[in-house]
Amino acid sequence: MNRLCKFTLTLLFACSFMPLFHPAGAISSQANKVDFERDIQPILQANCVGCHGSKKQESDLRFDNKQSVMRVIQPGKSEQSRLVQRILGLNGEPRMPMGGSPLKAEEIEVIKRWIDQGAAWQENPETRNPKPETHPHWAFVAPIRPALPETKNKSWARNPIDNFILAKLEKENLKPSPEADKTTLIRRLSLDLIGLPPTLKEIDNFLSDTSPNAYEKLVDRLLSSPHYGERWGRWWLDAARYADTNGYEKDRDRSIWPYRDWVIKSFNEDKPFDQFTIEQIGGDLLPNATIDQKIATGFLRNSMLNEEAAVEPEQFRVEGLIDRVDAVGKAFLGLTVNCAQCHTHKFDPIKHDEYYKFYAFLNQDEEPEMEVPTAAETKKRNDILTRIAKLEDDLLSKNPDLPPQMAAWEISTKQAVGEWMMLDDAVLNGTNGMKFEALPDHSFIPRGDNAPTTFYYLTAKTKLKNITGIRLELMTDHSLPRNGPGRSMEGAAWLSEFNIEAASLGQPEKFESLKIENATADFSAPNRSINLALDGNPKTSWSPDAGAGIRNQDRRAVFPLQTPLAGSDNGTILKISLSQKEFGGGAAERFEAPNIGRFRISLTTKPNPKADPLPTNVRQILSIPTAQRSAEQQQAVFRFYRTTVAEFADVNKTIANLYKDWPYPATTLTVAQRSVARETNIFKRGDWKRPGEAITPGTPAFLHPFPKNAPRNRLGLGQWLAAKENPLTARVIVNRIWQSYFGQGLVVSPEDFGTRCDLPSHPELLDWLAVEFRDGNKQSNAWSIKHIHKLIVMSATYRQSSQQNPQSEDPTNSLLARMPRLRVEAEAIRDIALSASGLLSFKIGGPSVFPPIPDGAMAVSFRSRTVWETSKGEDRYRRGLYTFWKRNVPYPSLSVFDAPNADVSCTRRIRSNSPLQALTTLNDAAFLEAAQALALRMWKEGGADDAAKLQYGFRLCTSRFPDKIEEERLLQLLKKEKVRFTGNTAAAVYVSSSDINNLPANIDLHQLASWTLVARVLLNLDETITK
Amino acid sequence: MNYENEIKSEVKKLVTRRHFFKDCGVSLGSIALASLLNETAIASPQSAIQTPHFAPKAKRVIFLFQAGAPSQLEMFDYKPGLAKYNGKPCPPELLKGQTLAFIKPDAALFATEFKFARHGKSGAEMSEVMTHLPKVADKITIIKSMMTDAINHAPAQIFMQTGSVQFGRPSFGSWVTYGLGSESQDLPGFVVLSSAGGTSGGSSLWGSGFLPTVYQGVPFRRTGDPILSLANPRGISREMQRDSLDALKDLNEHLMEKNGDKEIATRVNSFEMAYRMQESAPELMDLSKETKATLELYGAEPGKNSYANNCLLARRMVERGVRFVQLYHEAWDHHGQVHKGVKEQCKETDQANAALIQDLQQRGLLDDTIVIWGGEFGRTPMVQGEPDGSSSLGRDHHNKAFTMWVAGGGFKPGITIGETDEIGFNVVQDPVHVHDLHATLLHQLGLDHEKLTYRFQGRDFRLTDVHGVVQQKLLI
Repeated sequence: MNRLCKFTLTLLFACSFMPLFHPAGAISSQANKVDFERDIQPILQANCVGCHGSKKQESDLRFDNKQSVMRVIQPGKSEQSRLVQRILGLNGEPRMPMGGSPLKAEEIEVIKRWIDQGAAWQENPETRNPKPETHPHWAFVAPIRPALPETKNKSWARNPIDNFILAKLEKENLKPSPEADKTTLIRRLSLDLIGLPPTLKEIDNFLSDTSPNAYEKLVDRLLSSPHYGERWGRWWLDAARYADTNGYEKDRDRSIWPYRDWVIKSFNEDKPFDQFTIEQIGGDLLPNATIDQKIATGFLRNSMLNEEAAVEPEQFRVEGLIDRVDAVGKAFLGLTVNCAQCHTHKFDPIKHDEYYKFYAFLNQDEEPEMEVPTAAETKKRNDILTRIAKLEDDLLSKNPDLPPQMAAWEISTKQAVGEWMMLDDAVLNGTNGMKFEALPDHSFIPRGDNAPTTFYYLTAKTKLKNITGIRLELMTDHSLPRNGPGRSMEGAAWLSEFNIEAASLGQPEKFESLKIENATADFSAPNRSINLALDGNPKTSWSPDAGAGIRNQDRRAVFPLQTPLAGSDNGTILKISLSQKEFGGGAAERFEAPNIGRFRISLTTKPNPKADPLPTNVRQILSIPTAQRSAEQQQAVFRFYRTTVAEFADVNKTIANLYKDWPYPATTLTVAQRSVARETNIFKRGDWKRPGEAITPGTPAFLHPFPKNAPRNRLGLGQWLAAKENPLTARVIVNRIWQSYFGQGLVVSPEDFGTRCDLPSHPELLDWLAVEFRDGNKQSNAWSIKHIHKLIVMSATYRQSSQQNPQSEDPTNSLLARMPRLRVEAEAIRDIALSASGLLSFKIGGPSVFPPIPDGAMAVSFRSRTVWETSKGEDRYRRGLYTFWKRNVPYPSLSVFDAPNADVSCTRRIRSNSPLQALTTLNDAAFLEAAQALALRMWKEGGADDAAKLQYGFRLCTSRFPDKIEEERLLQLLKKEKVRFTGNTAAAVYVSSSDINNLPANIDLHQLASWTLVARVLLNLDETITK
Repeated sequence: MNYENEIKSEVKKLVTRRHFFKDCGVSLGSIALASLLNETAIASPQSAIQTPHFAPKAKRVIFLFQAGAPSQLEMFDYKPGLAKYNGKPCPPELLKGQTLAFIKPDAALFATEFKFARHGKSGAEMSEVMTHLPKVADKITIIKSMMTDAINHAPAQIFMQTGSVQFGRPSFGSWVTYGLGSESQDLPGFVVLSSAGGTSGGSSLWGSGFLPTVYQGVPFRRTGDPILSLANPRGISREMQRDSLDALKDLNEHLMEKNGDKEIATRVNSFEMAYRMQESAPELMDLSKETKATLELYGAEPGKNSYANNCLLARRMVERGVRFVQLYHEAWDHHGQVHKGVKEQCKETDQANAALIQDLQQRGLLDDTIVIWGGEFGRTPMVQGEPDGSSSLGRDHHNKAFTMWVAGGGFKPGITIGETDEIGFNVVQDPVHVHDLHATLLHQLGLDHEKLTYRFQGRDFRLTDVHGVVQQKLLI
């Protein structure tokens, strides 16, 4: 082995196999003089140069360079040498080599001895300039369509997939299995394509369809079923880490189900995957972005959010972004970019700075909560606005002298603006560790916990003299619920007490409370006047909530000082507090606490300050000369003006009543580009509190170039991901699709296509499928997921029997000489039980639902939602993917069957097998209910005799008829249980039905109960939950 | 070993009957540790664990997690300096770069009102708020120099339990069960018990992360079914359940004969295991069989929801072969009235802590069981109060220094390790980071924290990430 070759190998296997190349014993035998080349250099090469060498120079250090190494060595003093301290992991610093196995004691000993002996270094020219690896990693080179391999058997292959599979089988002297029977095929296809078992009618139709394209017709029918989007949408939601709560301690509910529905819809429409990608990463930035394209950006918003008291909002904003980078990496690139968050790893192609360049794309966002109105809601809103406009038009036409009156009013109202000075250096704090985001316009937004009671206090210095009043502005913001200005679910804000104290800056100890007189507000709800914020009673509040339709607008209150604050030359310190205590309530109600969202404080020195009664938008319009205003602007002015006119009281009241029906649509979480760019810095060691150099958005150098004309923002990032030159995405997606059908991917690590992943089992097939996916076999099906599905399920490979051959040479079946038998996924286990029993609701989409949950399951939840209000009606029986997903307490019967908990992106579900699963399908209330319904269905629909009933139920669960042995065994159970229930009516009542009052009159409960036990066994059969 | 081989091995394991027991977290008691480790090696990509790296000192763990974070300054870390500076602001140089959760940098130092005394031959310092733990002072190892990375509850709890502040990693209990399997045939290998409130970290605290789901903790409940869906539905008797399972077994085995899928045997076994669990779990939870003396020792009362009952249950579990018992007592977040709060919680927990150690010892279980006590972080030497007077005389979160104690499992009894500065802000001697604690605990279980790895996303993940040093000074 020549020197170069040895070096490369040593480098590659540094972590795990180092002793192989350098047996530890060899060192210790050299008791005396340490030889650099023999004893030291191999250790440095094996352990250090991966990160500190020719290719990477972490901390500007190279262990193949004498001068560089001497920076961390004090010849003669091993204890004081940084090198020794770091390999020992002293001083609380991570032990080197970072991420690798620590050096052996003998190795450390010899390094110490070498240093103590003076650290002699005999340079070796070859190791100074090792050649870099020349072959790029296969997955980083765009796939090209490989030629189909030759096979001996010319008749088996149905499409190119089969050529690749068969060629490999033939190479191993294996034969494919025969085609599965038709019943198996329709069950397999139904479960794979729509996630539901076939109905008996569908089975019968297929069995009796003898046309040559019967199979293809079935495939086409299933691919165009609206349930296809549910099945495959759920597949994508794993990678998108979709959940219905925020995670962490508070784990509050969030509304982002419109994103889930968008995914389902996209799959049903077979939205081309490049478009699907672009919309999720930068849909909001597309020209004239539609609501749907904005909803798509929910992919990014699926990150968890920490709302624990006293959190640093910035810390967890950063955590959220790190998660977004991780999700984009896993879902689209099959790469674990997050490893580079702290530093460059020797085996990862992505470098530390490249990680933050990628991150920078996602660091420019605001996070609006967007309304998603239905057509009916939009119509309703338009109807209300039309009727109001009509009433206003009537007013105008009946009162010809209105325009001059309004002009006079405009002039008279100019004074009301006042003169207000912002506080420049206000410091804001809140009880319970509340922290605030300061915005450039001097306003603040509290972030984190929305506690049931809270108290904000602001300290500020001012040089102003003769301060006559303080203004509090409550402001809307699209990050607040319904735009705010408050934090309740409706966006309402209440203020229970307002206080102000002041001290001269020279004597900061002597604060004096300032008295307020004649406070005004631009609006107060009935019996919720501004004086309630000054009455010393924390249980009464000012509320500027104008009710539905007009609640979410800027509001203001002005607090004049009884005696103007003289101030001093040194300046004055003001302490202002906003107490919000009336709401109170339990900790679980933090969704609803009407705490102030965005707000701003300012001061005036003018006499008799008052709250400007004009809405913000009207005030802005008034600054435009009347002649230059648009009709809408003029209408907006009139809309406010009419409310000030006493004789319009009746019309005003009519209009106010119209607003009461204002509908509030569901909302969803989206991202939107900030107007002011945010600087992105590298975080040293991944620590957000240690920002390093500033960087700009960019994609990793080892991948394809950024598209030439693409903008350097999220939209451009999406276009880069969706580019045809991208070597990864097409491979990664077809691999994950393959994994769903065959249990494991062609690459077994779908989340890692990096340099350490294993070669694919069928590399050419992977590339063939990737090219077929990316380019299609015609223009119209490029990036078509349905096209790939159809190719796979039409293949002979997919149609094979799963019958196992005990003598098989391929125990893991990675060569696919048969179809694997796989337990279905968690959601399908629920869906099969509901479908077989006839309980299943086929409703698609909508808010997540709350099916029955075992008693006590929510007890592990911290505090937020400790009750689970079980859904009523059909929502009790919806498909598994609609179950409300609470991150802190994932729905037990789905979680136990390995549904991912959605903390982070998941691209490979585990398939486990445990007694807890058995307990679930045997005893869980939802499964018992299914067994009861199935029993009744067998009894009602199954036929005259027990055998017919039994066959019917067996088919509903497994799609096939029972054989004689199975039938007899189950009838034997039925008979035995009938005996047990006879004379035990109480038990029969409980077991037979959960809805005893709605049973057919002629039914015998004892018999029905024994059928329930039979149905329960059927639902628990291995075959029922296996495809 | 490459990834493909790993997967092959995983699949091969699934078709062997013996593996089933381990993967269900319910391995055969007769399988010796060495062979369990041998089997584990299949799942470990580096094949590192052919034999235990160290002779294991301990076989099982009881982790008494005091969630919310108890104040070390009220219980173990005696700081006369705080009395001296009581009411004075904290020296600003200490606060440089320190993240504070609730309090502001101008918060004053705050002395405890509790008196401290030395106990046992070892002279361990404890405050008067504990009257039972002093009785076992010579049996425990006190670490006054714990440090952690996070200062908010959920991330810090996740960190203490998984070695990472980011969600999605396997918990300590999962790693241990993954490494060692379980000794029980009819109980899960990793059990979770909880008194007081729900935890901030939620179920991720005992999640298995990227490890197979069978290694995740199984919460046992104190009311209703101890395990979700454990009891038969109302009206279905144990005989009916047996009849059903017999039929199910016959039908599944009949299918297996037809299609040759050995995985069906695994499913049959999991149903049988479930059936046994239906009997063994309620028996386990039934404290009425314990003697009066034992109940009094713990202060346990059958049927009550209490920390004392959970401690006694933990002993019953380890007796029955449960590998890892994780207790949570989420009740220590004393931002206000810390003295009152600590006093109340010690009343709830102190007696049971001492009793557990005494009881394990008298049954000969302490030597090979590790008991760990502590919270996710400590509390500040500075006072916390709210400006609106809604609370006062509390302490904020503090990650720079806190106290934990360990007993049994080869830890050196009767010693106190580590010191903090004059006011208890920083560790000044023998720092023990959470990663170090994890490394040391695994070491006592015969597992090298650098070799107990799982390949995921192209990386060999460990409980200790790239950190952790075994703390020999804590060990016998």
